[in-house]
Amino acid sequence: MNDLTPFGRVALLAFAALLLAVPWIASGYVLSVSIICLYLAYMGQAWNLMLGFAGLLSIGHALFVGLGAYTSGYLFTKLGVPPAVGVVAAVAVAMAMGSIIGYLGFRFAIGGVYFALLTIAFSEFVRILLDHAKFLGGTEGMFLPVSQESRRGVDLVNLRGSTEMYYYVILALAAGAFLMCRALLNGRVGYYWRAIRDNPEAAEAVGVDIFRFRMYAVLLSSGMAGVAGVFYAFYYNNLFPEQVLGIERSIEVTLAPIVGGVGTLFGPIFGAFILTPMGELLTEAVEGFKQSGLIAKNVKTDGVKLMFWGLAVALIVLLKPKGLWPWVCERLRLVKPPEQRG
Amino acid sequence: MDTVTIINALVSGLLTGLVYGLSALGLSVIFGVIRIVNFAHGELMVLGMFMALLLFRWFGLDPLMAVPIGAAVLFAIGYALQHFVVRRVSYLPDHMQFLLLAGIAIMLVSGCLVIFGPDAQGVQLDYALDSFAIGNLIIDKVRLYAAIAAVAVASALLAFFKYSSTGRAIRACADNYLGAKVVGLNVDRLYALTFGIGAACIGAAGCIILLLVQVHPYLAPAYTLLAFVVVIVGGMGSLFGALLGGMLIGVSEELASVVLQPSMKTAFSFALLIVVLLLRPQGLLGRVAR
Repeated sequence: MNDLTPFGRVALLAFAALLLAVPWIASGYVLSVSIICLYLAYMGQAWNLMLGFAGLLSIGHALFVGLGAYTSGYLFTKLGVPPAVGVVAAVAVAMAMGSIIGYLGFRFAIGGVYFALLTIAFSEFVRILLDHAKFLGGTEGMFLPVSQESRRGVDLVNLRGSTEMYYYVILALAAGAFLMCRALLNGRVGYYWRAIRDNPEAAEAVGVDIFRFRMYAVLLSSGMAGVAGVFYAFYYNNLFPEQVLGIERSIEVTLAPIVGGVGTLFGPIFGAFILTPMGELLTEAVEGFKQSGLIAKNVKTDGVKLMFWGLAVALIVLLKPKGLWPWVCERLRLVKPPEQRG
Repeated sequence: MDTVTIINALVSGLLTGLVYGLSALGLSVIFGVIRIVNFAHGELMVLGMFMALLLFRWFGLDPLMAVPIGAAVLFAIGYALQHFVVRRVSYLPDHMQFLLLAGIAIMLVSGCLVIFGPDAQGVQLDYALDSFAIGNLIIDKVRLYAAIAAVAVASALLAFFKYSSTGRAIRACADNYLGAKVVGLNVDRLYALTFGIGAACIGAAGCIILLLVQVHPYLAPAYTLLAFVVVIVGGMGSLFGALLGGMLIGVSEELASVVLQPSMKTAFSFALLIVVLLLRPQGLLGRVAR
């Protein structure tokens, strides 16, 4: 807050107020798009914690989401454990997986892009195992029971209620993740992480336990993704290994932070709120063109959106590798220049 | 489980593996020289497959005859990709380059999705079901032809790198970037050429593999990962390693599908990737990374 210019403060407060007001002012469609925005902002924050803060590229975050989703879903459908309790187990399982990948990756000194391949390999491996796990539904999917009347109330223990409730839950998660990352980044851990990211050898030479702090990053990030998995499971109510753990999901998570700015705190949020609405607008436009006959009816609308996202990532890396957020910040003078900070 | 089944699986895996090896050769060449991890690998391969499919549909061209065309078109695409795009991000950290290629990969695969739709499509050849029988051993005709074509293309590539002066110049860039510049090699052009050659390899492999599998856009990420497995098992940057890794993965997949379940075979290769990454990250034939 102290680094913001007066205009920056007003903008931040206006943005926060707008987010709180969305369920009252927006249509059901805008509300559901906003939920996707916030979900991607939250996941982007978790992913950014690893690459942007600690310098660890993961293309396997869908794995942690999937483990969280399946753990809480299984506990709920088979044992009747409510998600408020199940989330603990979900986070534990996701973190356990994270610690396995992290331990193996760091102990065996698998660096850079190879670490990303390790995360992909684990993610795909577990996805295929889940395809064959009959007790979790396998390829036929796992379905969480949901009744019509539970669609109206607010039941946070069972994570059942109206769309507005889901909106506020994911808003709270995204805001919490933002505040937590902000606190971490400005604390001792954050400095260690950035030292490791920028130069691991030098960090180790001055006495930073790089194994330990890298593990912290992976554990936190995978735990956060596990929580997202619980939300995913109870929001969509059906889980298919291909849909939850597919590599497309892992890549999707990386889009918002890349566009917003890897390593920035607000970048993942900014990126999510740029990409998701643009993707939706594009989808609408393509559907409209189909109706009016400008585009053939059999064109896959989803493919057009993905093409746009791929193009967005490629252009950002080519033209603004630091992301859009730092540039917007400077242009709109949202943040004080470094020499004016107290 | 009798011996004949196992030996048949071994041979069939070995032949398929040679095609995997050719495709992985494309990845390995690009990494070995330009030091860039081509995350759009499977997407380029699927492009080659669709091209062969169209040539078959329009002109009735056998996919094996489409190999030179597929390779030439992919060469042009690869050359342009390096010259206009990848070259500009060489100053960025590895992971940003990786993400750039991931973005390109998404564009290519969803472009294929928009144009060709999500359904699996294949070619119907009149010799598709023929096979050679040697005693109890049965070899599919298409598989054998595919393997022969793959070996032919791979040999041409190896000969090019070993004997031609351009090939030697490219190897010089790979061994010593600065040295290559000092002796006056046009490194930028050679890099673009290398990416083109790698992509041509991938295109050829795509045309060839259309004999064996039906093509759909979602094959792309699977092939990217498969090529990574092959190359990492064989050793990044080692050309013989890629072929060896291909055969190894082909055989182990085929055995896994006989011993376990067909759908488990990819899980098996990912498990293998994890083990190799941990125990021998430089691969079976690779040198220790510099």
